[in-house]
Amino acid sequence: MKRLFAYVAFVLLAVSAFAQQTITIGFTVSKTGSLNVDSMEQYRGFELWRDQVNSAGGIKAGGKTYKINLVNYDDESNSKRVQQLYSRMILQDKADFLFSPYSSGLTATAAVVTEQFGKIMLTTGAAEEKTYKLGNRYLYQMFAPAADYLKTALDALKTKDPKANVAFVYEDSAFSVAVVNPAKAYAQQLGFKVGFDEAYAPNTTDFSAILDKVIASKATVLMGGGHYADGSTLARQLQARKAAMKMIVLLVAPDSPQWVELGDAGQGVMVPSQWEPQTAFKAQYGPTGTAFDKAYSAKYNTPPSYESAGGYAAGLILQRAIEQTGGTDTAKVAQALNGTDITTFWGRTKFATAQNDHGLQTGHSMVLAQWQKDKAGKPVKQVAWPPEAKSANMVYPIH
Amino acid sequence: MSGTLASLIDGVLVGCIYGLSAMGLSLIWGVMDVINLTHGAMIALGMFGMYLLFSAFTINAYVLLLPVIAAGFLFGVAVYWIAVHWVIGRPILLSLLSTFAVNMIIIGVGTAVWSTSPYNVNFNLPGVTMGRYTFTGNHIAAAIAAVVIALALQLFLYRTRLGKAIRAVAENREAAELMGISSAAVLTIAFGIGIALAAASGALVSTLFPFTILSGSAYELKSFVVTVLAGLGKPFGALVAGVLLGLLEGAVTPLIAVSWIPLIEFGLFVVVLVVFPRGIFGGATA
Repeated sequence: MKRLFAYVAFVLLAVSAFAQQTITIGFTVSKTGSLNVDSMEQYRGFELWRDQVNSAGGIKAGGKTYKINLVNYDDESNSKRVQQLYSRMILQDKADFLFSPYSSGLTATAAVVTEQFGKIMLTTGAAEEKTYKLGNRYLYQMFAPAADYLKTALDALKTKDPKANVAFVYEDSAFSVAVVNPAKAYAQQLGFKVGFDEAYAPNTTDFSAILDKVIASKATVLMGGGHYADGSTLARQLQARKAAMKMIVLLVAPDSPQWVELGDAGQGVMVPSQWEPQTAFKAQYGPTGTAFDKAYSAKYNTPPSYESAGGYAAGLILQRAIEQTGGTDTAKVAQALNGTDITTFWGRTKFATAQNDHGLQTGHSMVLAQWQKDKAGKPVKQVAWPPEAKSANMVYPIH
Repeated sequence: MSGTLASLIDGVLVGCIYGLSAMGLSLIWGVMDVINLTHGAMIALGMFGMYLLFSAFTINAYVLLLPVIAAGFLFGVAVYWIAVHWVIGRPILLSLLSTFAVNMIIIGVGTAVWSTSPYNVNFNLPGVTMGRYTFTGNHIAAAIAAVVIALALQLFLYRTRLGKAIRAVAENREAAELMGISSAAVLTIAFGIGIALAAASGALVSTLFPFTILSGSAYELKSFVVTVLAGLGKPFGALVAGVLLGLLEGAVTPLIAVSWIPLIEFGLFVVVLVVFPRGIFGGATA
């Protein structure tokens, strides 16, 4: 009988030891709804990171090896679902760490829950600064903040057309407003005329009225958009209505490989990008940009967008913090993240640690990409700005 | 051309679509006293009907309107016998609940099949350019199609025996039955036509803008405004009211942000209900 008890105790200990060697990371994905395209790309980044870590045996930390278990649910691009699901992942699925949903709006909702439970959440696809200025302690932003998005585009425009008349047409969402408000001030500071400025409702599909106003304003440059659904529609209608802009810069949407489906309507359009395969950073940790690009393209049969790269990089940064800590203790991993200052294929990552902006990204920088045609006439996305990072000259004017 | 004139023309073009989408709601409301809450879902099904047909045949999208209308009619007849016939003549709450349930079923199945990601019908007709403004060929063609369908319905209601029977049932069902008109058959056909009109408007919208299975609800709301403007059960009045609503949108958008438009439209909705409870065209039903 004693032997039986000893055997059972041994098996229970073995099972318990095995269970401890899995790290559960929870997040929601917008598998449906207006954020579907961008969110799925981010999800693939998480997924590729998990597959590569697990196939290499797991994360080795503190003498143990941890396999990654991703738990995720469809948030339907809906913040109410996000609130319920992040609670569920923490309470029922016992997630050790969280990744953010896609978009600033959904992330702001998720952050309320993760902070309430004292859980670390690495945010990606969430650039709005406000969420990181609320005294949160366990939130870490991978993306360069929203204020940086159109700064590069305006700097580039200044070299081509210093007196341009700029129209800002953007989605009335937390992210787009956080991008455009500082951009308007910066445009005026650079001496541009802001000829038109209007936000549209997030589910807008008919831009006729707004485009009539843009044309009436005699603007020559259009900047704005929001996410994939509205951005792609806006680009289509700009072309259909022959609104001959010299420069079109849209947020997020043109970064998706799906943008090629727009055909001529997508040509010449620019996108502020958090990362492009051409940006060759010397990685101090993790794969090179080329290796990531190759692995991603092989797995998904499409090139990675910056949302995908951001997803993978979030995993990488968390992995490094766990390795440094030697375990999964929240306070220790948070301490390691606070001290992070590293360059990966994604670029530099460093988080603010002051109480009033804890977790805000301070190390990462952005580039401006443009859809151009290669010699064979095939659409390709090139890095057009800044000059030190460009892979092709910026095409201006596009019409 | 001035921006205001361009905006007014855009308003008229899109107003024709509003009018067509409201005609189905108005016809059903007027003939059988049923507020059809499947209206938005049927508009969305019309969008997907056009998408599927265009993906399969890749011919002129406006030719594909005919099979969408036919399918809409048959689906409407089926829905009538499944969910509406049993509540005709009973308290209006029952028909509201019944059609709302059908609406939820369609949206649920549609979400499972197509998700809520946007779809496009990639069909483009050359547009008309006037000065700096271009009006897309699809907008013009869709507006023309809407007017043609509305005129055809008007001719049907006023020039054919069946159309007159529908109007007779709308006026006084018992008297119509005494004249030998089968009200069950007439109501079935009227409901089928109402759904066919909703599907047609959805099919036309799908050639203009991206859509999801949830997109019909926006047009359903506009349909209510248009129906109240026109007066219940006035299909052709609905077309005129739709154009007026489009004109209103076109007139105010140069002056205010587009996001304020719904506030103005629903404000108008309340004003018309209070000042003209029978609609701006007043009078009797279809």
